[in-house]
Amino acid sequence: MTAVVVVCGVLLTIGAALAVVRAEKGPSMLDRTIALDIVVTTMIAAVAVYAAVNRRADVVPILVVLSLVGFVGSVTIARFASVEPEGEGRVRTREEIAAQEAERIDGEDWAEESRRSGRREGTDEHHGGGAEGEVR
Amino acid sequence: MTAEQWTTVADVASAVCLLGGAFLAFAAGVGVLRFPDLLARMHAGTKPQVLGLILVLIGLALRLRSGGAVWALVLVAVFQMLTAPVAAHMVGRAGYRTGKVRSDLLVVDELTSDQELARVRDKDRVEDENPGD
Repeated sequence: MTAVVVVCGVLLTIGAALAVVRAEKGPSMLDRTIALDIVVTTMIAAVAVYAAVNRRADVVPILVVLSLVGFVGSVTIARFASVEPEGEGRVRTREEIAAQEAERIDGEDWAEESRRSGRREGTDEHHGGGAEGEVR
Repeated sequence: MTAEQWTTVADVASAVCLLGGAFLAFAAGVGVLRFPDLLARMHAGTKPQVLGLILVLIGLALRLRSGGAVWALVLVAVFQMLTAPVAAHMVGRAGYRTGKVRSDLLVVDELTSDQELARVRDKDRVEDENPGD
């Protein structure tokens, strides 16, 4: 049984490591979802191997929980986080951050001004509505 | 055969199943790293999700050999078989709609041609209903 455990452990570790490499490389959010799904499945397999080796029936509920968690994660990302705005994955330079910050402060000042002067902007108000970046 | 021999047989069978499941998880890691686009990576990722998981769970059940735990393992397998297609469908649909499917790698692409047909048909119907527009 020891040899089986060692071989299983090595295979599972390498598999999970390769999936983590893919999760780091991307290139899109959905590729990362798939890679992390594989990591979760590998974790389930690892827990099962541990339970099999030590004959421990009390870790079986962990398997049930892990199999459900993986599902919720991938469906959530596929539904809400798969649309990535252009250039979001890039580290911004100092100048860009300063420019965006100035723009944001300007926008806030303008909103404050218009609120003080009593103009109500009916068009800008929205209650609820669709989530941003949602795939329909 | 005696009970002891049966125990040995079950242990060997469980070892084989565990090794098979671990190998499929390894193959999925290699596949997801090497394959070129989203759908191919999904194909690699499904191997340990269903077949690999079921092999590992059979191995575990042969090793535990107690009623309650084995039913919980059946539950895990059923959950996985119910949820894996849903998750794959969501990921594939989101990938297609956000343009992450490389059409040059596809052998058959019925969805795109069907969508184009539907678009043409829709346009025809609108023109039939409002002639002269």
